[in-house]
Amino acid sequence: MGAQKKRAAAATAAARVSEDPDDLARQPLQAILLADSFTTKFRPITLERPKVLLPLVNVPMINYTLAWLEAAGVAEVFVFCCAHSKQVIDYLENSEWFSQPNFTVKTIESHNIISAGDALRLIYEQNVIHGDFVLISGDTVSNMLLTQALQEHKERKKKDNNAVMTMIIKKSKPSPITHQSRLGTDELFMAIDPNTKQLLYYEDKADHSKGTICLDKMLLAENPSISLHNDKQDCYIDICSPEVLSLFTDNFDYQHLRRHFVKGLLLDDIMGYKIFTHEIHSSYAARIDNYRSYDIVSKDIIQRWTYPYVPDVKFCGNRATKLERRGMYRASEIEQSRSAQVGSFTVIGCGTKIGSNSKISDSVIGEGCTIGSNVLIEGSYLWDNVIIEDGCELRHVIVCDGVIMKAGAVLKPGVVLSFKVVIGERFVVPAYSKVSLLQQPTVHDSDEELEYADNSSGTVEFSSIQGTADQSNGEMTSESSEAHKPKLGTGGVGYIWSICEGGQEEEWRHSVAPIPEDKLAELSEAMDDDQELVTQDRTALSTSGELISDSNASEGDDNEDSKDDSVYFEKEVEATFLRAVEENVKVDHVILEVNSLRLSYNMTSADCAGAVFYSMMKLAVKTPHSSASELQQNTANIITTWQKLLKSYLLEIDEEIEIILKFEEMCLESAKEFSPLFARILHILYDKDILQEDAILRWADEKEGADESDKVFVRQSEKFVQWLREASEEED
Amino acid sequence: MPDTQALVNDFLNKLKKRGSKIEGSQATARQTAELLRSVISQQRVPYTNQAGALIDAVKAIGEQLIAANPVELAVGNIVRRVLHIIREEDLSLTTAAIGGLNLSAVSDDENDDDRDGDSTLSAAAVAAAARSTLRPPSLQTLLEDTPVSAAVPQTSSSGGDSEGKSKSADKSSRSRKLKHDVIEAVNELIQDIVTCHEQIAEQAVEHIHQNEVILTLGSSRTVLEFLFAAKEKKRSFRVFVAEGAPRYQGHLLAKELVARGLQTTLITDSAVFAMISRVNMVIVGAHAVMANGGVIAPVGMNLVALAAQKHAVPFVVLAGSHKLCPLYPHNPEVLLNELRSPSELLDFGEFSDCMDFGSGSGSPLLHVVNPAFDYVPPKLVSLFITDAGGHNPSYMYRLIADYYSADDLVVQRRATAGN
Repeated sequence: MGAQKKRAAAATAAARVSEDPDDLARQPLQAILLADSFTTKFRPITLERPKVLLPLVNVPMINYTLAWLEAAGVAEVFVFCCAHSKQVIDYLENSEWFSQPNFTVKTIESHNIISAGDALRLIYEQNVIHGDFVLISGDTVSNMLLTQALQEHKERKKKDNNAVMTMIIKKSKPSPITHQSRLGTDELFMAIDPNTKQLLYYEDKADHSKGTICLDKMLLAENPSISLHNDKQDCYIDICSPEVLSLFTDNFDYQHLRRHFVKGLLLDDIMGYKIFTHEIHSSYAARIDNYRSYDIVSKDIIQRWTYPYVPDVKFCGNRATKLERRGMYRASEIEQSRSAQVGSFTVIGCGTKIGSNSKISDSVIGEGCTIGSNVLIEGSYLWDNVIIEDGCELRHVIVCDGVIMKAGAVLKPGVVLSFKVVIGERFVVPAYSKVSLLQQPTVHDSDEELEYADNSSGTVEFSSIQGTADQSNGEMTSESSEAHKPKLGTGGVGYIWSICEGGQEEEWRHSVAPIPEDKLAELSEAMDDDQELVTQDRTALSTSGELISDSNASEGDDNEDSKDDSVYFEKEVEATFLRAVEENVKVDHVILEVNSLRLSYNMTSADCAGAVFYSMMKLAVKTPHSSASELQQNTANIITTWQKLLKSYLLEIDEEIEIILKFEEMCLESAKEFSPLFARILHILYDKDILQEDAILRWADEKEGADESDKVFVRQSEKFVQWLREASEEED
Repeated sequence: MPDTQALVNDFLNKLKKRGSKIEGSQATARQTAELLRSVISQQRVPYTNQAGALIDAVKAIGEQLIAANPVELAVGNIVRRVLHIIREEDLSLTTAAIGGLNLSAVSDDENDDDRDGDSTLSAAAVAAAARSTLRPPSLQTLLEDTPVSAAVPQTSSSGGDSEGKSKSADKSSRSRKLKHDVIEAVNELIQDIVTCHEQIAEQAVEHIHQNEVILTLGSSRTVLEFLFAAKEKKRSFRVFVAEGAPRYQGHLLAKELVARGLQTTLITDSAVFAMISRVNMVIVGAHAVMANGGVIAPVGMNLVALAAQKHAVPFVVLAGSHKLCPLYPHNPEVLLNELRSPSELLDFGEFSDCMDFGSGSGSPLLHVVNPAFDYVPPKLVSLFITDAGGHNPSYMYRLIADYYSADDLVVQRRATAGN
């Protein structure tokens, strides 16, 4: 057996060698279509139906992929089925794909495969791929022409045998606020050689909290120029040479196509395999990775970016649909009440009934749905045979086949209702919840790569789907039956899944609902705070916006960053001062230390005065105290002890004013305890000869013209200032 | 029969690809006619009501073809033309048989010769005769009665001779004859479609005069041949080509014109109004000509037509007879327009941030609409030039009545009701 295989492999290798360019051109193009995403992002829906068969604008996703492959000139497609393989195979057998001339679809089935890497290893063993092939997953929508990319790939391959893969990329700007692309995937960093288009670096899991990405210095040493992009989207369409399969076999730990394989190849410089990119401009390509991309790709299809794969063009057995004004797609036999309002960019499937005064906009309604009156449907996806009774509200939700919503039920944004769930009367399903007839798997797979591996391929699940309310109640495992019993209102059937992985915090990222306004505001605020500290040192880097550096990360490298430095300087001075207090260091020594700090940070004496004063007041606040008067006493003590230190920096009147301003700032922000004591402490400072009367008067004068809010402390110390004025006049 | 099915499926696939496999309505029309010809030749005909069987077969396939790409009206036109041909041939055979009977009643002894003469008479001529007796005569037949009956006999009599020898009463030979005649007539139709460019181009000299300035929009094979034919006849003239955004096929046309030695000026679509005062004649191609004389043409054409009207410049539309559609543009069955991909207008990547559905209300503020066609009302058209000559817009419905029978106007509805 082994020998046989080896011989076969040798034969193919020999065939490969003997191929001249003409043969290459004549060889039919093959494709591997992974009909399994090996992720759990579409749970709970994918527990009952494989992802590739989920309807995307009323057509199962796999049809988009197959239609594209056929149009792109692929002659033979191997559909790799894993989870729910039977459903996929049954579907394909009944579809028209098996009867196409010049386009063969073959299925490869396996149950114990848990990753794309395993799938490719299995395909390699079967020895069916003989030349360059397209690697794609069954949830990809595209209308690009493959010829040019293929040509480039073949030419590169001819010149350099190590160019094993061409990755299709597309420009798409990620949101600067959420650091995710419009498809809901994480911001992707790619380093590409601008001349050869070679991919040098690929990072899709960049840590934004840290705000840095690390590039190997060798990249810069070896390549004359590198362009680093964060506005490229990975289309997950790859043109691969047959070596890719053997690479997967050689490196048995490769699981994920990108995280392991691509990164592995990029890091591994022993073999010297290279990956290249091909950017598409006018054509469309996107992969449905999560609920957000489901929503967005659906809308792109409705907006016709995927032409000719749009609802009104029959590309794969979809029902005849007509495009009407304002982007309304309507199939035949729709019953619609005269008073119902169907808004723009809506698709309505065949045989659907819509009741009076219902409003539908930006939504996709499947076939045979019944929608009652006064229903509001906004930005939602209803699959087939859904029943919505009167007065329901649906905003940005996905509702699977056979769901029944009783009158007055409300779905908040981001809800996903899996197959045949029943929502009780006037029940409000909270935002981002997932509801299924099946219970959430209690044993949570630690490996998030695992798709729900059901070797019985759905037979068990089917019985449960058919179950009525009683059956599914009975099905519940005993220990969790009552505790977990979800309330879906009277007559409701199904379980609300508790949110796992990432928790509520991250739910909005991948939900079908748009990101709520307040979340965006919150995020942009957080970003602004970050930015504020960074802005100055960004000048050098801001042109290449990808390298966002945080203040914490730039640790004093940049001396020109004055604001940053002043913060550090203040901290250093405070630390020095506290140490001095604790260890009873002599005042002279402290002065020396602060001076050296001042020199190293290149600060003025006013800065020193401010910092020292700040540290002193901070110490006063930190010293335990029960009342304002006690605090005042503490402050007075500290000022008395350390007045020499402070005075050494008060050479000019400006520094004294600086101290008052600093104090004012503290009272407003960091040490609010002082605010009632402002006038008294000012008095103490005056008494101790730290502040000259001129300084106080100058400060009062300056503040005259300020805003009302700024004058709080001036007014508080009005009497004192008045007294000073009179005193000085007397002197005169 | 399975052969036919495979052919049909293959063609359906091509049609579904929307222009990426078959370029232009002429090619589509020719392939449709060829497909229907093979359907007819493979179709088994019963002894009675052979025409009915053929019509049903053609209708069943025609319905699929039309549904596969409703935008390409040429498919429906050809299906209807073929249906019309079957009806006409059937009618001519019946009248011939009736005529034969009449003749045999009059003269018994010489009936063989007479029948020979009868059956060698062309089917089309008989059809024309039948038309004139059974129906009110069309203007076309009245005007061109002699040339039609004079021109056609040679073509159809070649096959008709041998068949005609047998007795017309003989059912089997009659059925074969019907099929044969239909196939002959469809062959003629295909021939017409193939030669339509030359037929139209022949008339070029009558319309384009020395030192004229011609304006056209986008690219049309018919227009190219037309202009080139005038050039061949030593006419010297200049051509303004509007580029035809967003597909910019005008660029290709300009290139071809220059390659053939014509003085060409390329302008933007928006410059049409500025240039129209210097133009002597606008000559454009069409996607389809409707029964009311309205034109479905590449987007921007209405703009050109209005500009031409404003400056009283003749607006001439060239259309092969396969583009004449018997439907009216207000008919809901006619899919007048097609919205193509917005990517022809702008690069998705550049505008991806405008297309973000992830924030706000979930719908983007930017919509891109890219219609493929314009409708030019008949009052803006000065002249149609088809392979049958030049016609006024108001005359189009008569011309169309000659090509189609009223029973076939709704191919789809009849067929769906049948299903």
